[in-house]
Amino acid sequence: MLALFEKFRKGRFSHGIHPQYHKEATQGKAIKRLAFPPRLIVPVAQHIGAPAKPIVNVGEEVFRGQVIAEADGFMSVPVHAPATGIVKDINLMPSAAGPRMLSIVIDVYQASAQQVLYGEPTEPETLDRKELIRRVQATGMAGLGGAAFPSHVKLQIPTGKTAHTLVVNGCECEPYLTCDHRVMLEQPHELLQGIRYALQITGAEKAIVGIEDNKADAAAAVKAALKPNDPITVQLVETKYPQGAEKMLLKSLLGVEVPAGGLPIDIGIVVNNVGTLAQLGKLLPKGEGLIERVVTITGYNVNMPKAGNYLVPIGTPVRFILEQMGVEADHEKVILGGPMMGMSLASLDVPITKGTSGVLVFQGREFMEGENQEAVFPCIKCGRCVDACPMHLNPAQMAWLAGKRHYAEMESGFHLNSCFECGCCSFVCPSNIPLVQYFRIAKAVNREQKGKA
Amino acid sequence: MSQKHIILRTAPHVKKPQDVPLIMRNVVYALLPIVAFAVYQFGISVLALVIVTTLACLGTERFFNWMGNKPSSLSDWSSTITGILLALTLPPGFPLWMAAVAGIAGIAIGKAVFGGIGYNVFNPALVGRAFVQAAFPVAITTWTPAFFTGRFSEFVPSSLTLPFMMPPETAEWVEQVAVDGFTGATPLALQKFQHITTDPFALYTGTVAGSAGETSALLILVCGMYLVVRKMMNWQIPAWLFVGVIVTSGVLYLINPDKNPDPLFMLFSGGLMLGAMFMASDMVGSPLTPRGVMVYGLLIGSLTVIIRVYGSLSEGIMYAILLGNAATPLIDAWTQPRLFGAKPKGKSA
Repeated sequence: MLALFEKFRKGRFSHGIHPQYHKEATQGKAIKRLAFPPRLIVPVAQHIGAPAKPIVNVGEEVFRGQVIAEADGFMSVPVHAPATGIVKDINLMPSAAGPRMLSIVIDVYQASAQQVLYGEPTEPETLDRKELIRRVQATGMAGLGGAAFPSHVKLQIPTGKTAHTLVVNGCECEPYLTCDHRVMLEQPHELLQGIRYALQITGAEKAIVGIEDNKADAAAAVKAALKPNDPITVQLVETKYPQGAEKMLLKSLLGVEVPAGGLPIDIGIVVNNVGTLAQLGKLLPKGEGLIERVVTITGYNVNMPKAGNYLVPIGTPVRFILEQMGVEADHEKVILGGPMMGMSLASLDVPITKGTSGVLVFQGREFMEGENQEAVFPCIKCGRCVDACPMHLNPAQMAWLAGKRHYAEMESGFHLNSCFECGCCSFVCPSNIPLVQYFRIAKAVNREQKGKA
Repeated sequence: MSQKHIILRTAPHVKKPQDVPLIMRNVVYALLPIVAFAVYQFGISVLALVIVTTLACLGTERFFNWMGNKPSSLSDWSSTITGILLALTLPPGFPLWMAAVAGIAGIAIGKAVFGGIGYNVFNPALVGRAFVQAAFPVAITTWTPAFFTGRFSEFVPSSLTLPFMMPPETAEWVEQVAVDGFTGATPLALQKFQHITTDPFALYTGTVAGSAGETSALLILVCGMYLVVRKMMNWQIPAWLFVGVIVTSGVLYLINPDKNPDPLFMLFSGGLMLGAMFMASDMVGSPLTPRGVMVYGLLIGSLTVIIRVYGSLSEGIMYAILLGNAATPLIDAWTQPRLFGAKPKGKSA
């Protein structure tokens, strides 16, 4: 009977949460360019897949837009120099995720005009799919939504499958972040151009841009920029976290469920983020590389008058950004990405990468009152996590198993691997149990065990 | 630039501002009007009852903290709830020393032995009540009248029974203070054993005999709604429980309207409302998923009616909830949520 009830709720995904969004601070701020830092740290692995191979040497001069590391195979993208300067070092440097990663350190020429002199201009409309995929790879594009999956791999339809619909993800459901919002408002033509290219590459018949209804102005801007014969529609969806998760968005827009363990392409759909496609629309005709991205810089309980959306060169260290914002570095927490899935930093010397959508400075924990708010209580089986999980998992039950270290059973009996770590369960848990953290550990242990076997 | 301190935490970095003590504290708030009404109804005996059971529960909880070398868990308010709920389920003139035994038993056997909050299988307040129901069967079915004169200055004689002594006979005292027609039997007992049906309006407002805090069904409903509105209680549990009661008693009523009471009477009499709103809905002992909650509520609702109609007791909600608690792990195992994107049963991809 409940399943029947669910059927009437087409047009939205079930479960999820309503956090406080805190977007007011930056959603009205137009995208501005951030100054070049004196030194850039450019990791060679900013995407999922094989790291790029450096092709420059220490002491070599590099020019803005020049390829400094080339793609290593198909599951890889090249890296371009974000600024003109001199290669100071190629070494292991701190990264947001924790482990030190091979990075190319560039000392920026402060007097340089910073013109992009590299490019392979073309008319994408005249090219075939194979050539277009090659050119997308050459731009070094990786998903700008956060996961940083190589864009050309996403646009390449696996043999035996066809794509009928391109879904463009303009949800930006993470609190605080407004970079995609601004991109849709300010660059609708580039975005639509990118969508047209993506349609051309994937062979999909139509595209749907899904935007959360708290960004109706962005939807209107994109609609206004549509050409009459574009097979593109703009659709508003409910403002709810994690609406921007691709499986949730497809459920909301099309009422379809991606099979568990599968990808959208299994049901003929390709999903791309608006920021990614706007960049693609800009870079593909010029044949240039991805060297900068829009980042939301803001905070909670922090005096940051310059908070806003900035065009930041890839490789800019977080410390430099905070200096530019005039923020003292005695804050408690700096997060790269959104507050639900982003990483808190152990060091401020980590750089902005292709997948970084936000830099958030937190002083104190958001809207927590009282003193024992960090205290963890035993699970009281309230079931809020079950009601929050968008994948319809049973986080409470998995947490009991995790407590007993029955990690294998979590996977075999309770679909651990369907968890995409959106954080809804931890968000609602009144006992403050770090559920997502349990699941990350369980997944890591399971991976290790399988590697051994 | 120096950094004073860094907090390294994994995502998510934001949190809903509702934790266990906050929820539990609000349950206490929701219970206070019921306590106030019970004191107004039955006088200082009930006030003493509430204080004794609550202190017994808190003391026992603290004792087990100390035994287990753990920090005090009194601040999570859950033992306070147990104490208040327990008092509300006891007869107003229940000897105070027996009430203390109930509180100690409830926390000790109902909660502490399992590992404290979150780990208990059964509702601790009901374990305490079940314990004294078995130990003192007479005292727990001795009802005293509501609204007797002088209730704010004198105790019901049985309340102040010395520890380990049997309570004095109250029949004579009842006759002195009672308003006309008080028989010392609850509406449920009247209906079951003498086939006298009580006026429904008296049931809603609580001007009948019964346990200290379970007589005014309407007040309990309103207090429960407070928790529902604040999203601190799963409203589906009482809702399904009511459905279970209505359907089961409705069928029985249709079969034999002379002997079996109608659903409305079932719903508003005895401890059903208090049990449904505050005990069955206890998160720890109830299932996790919406489907599980449905099974759980229907089970308790129908069991209550079956015990009331066919059992030797006039009241069934207590044992029905305890049985529901016992069935919860099984219900949980049966009602796992359907994974998003999982193939529907019977179809192959």
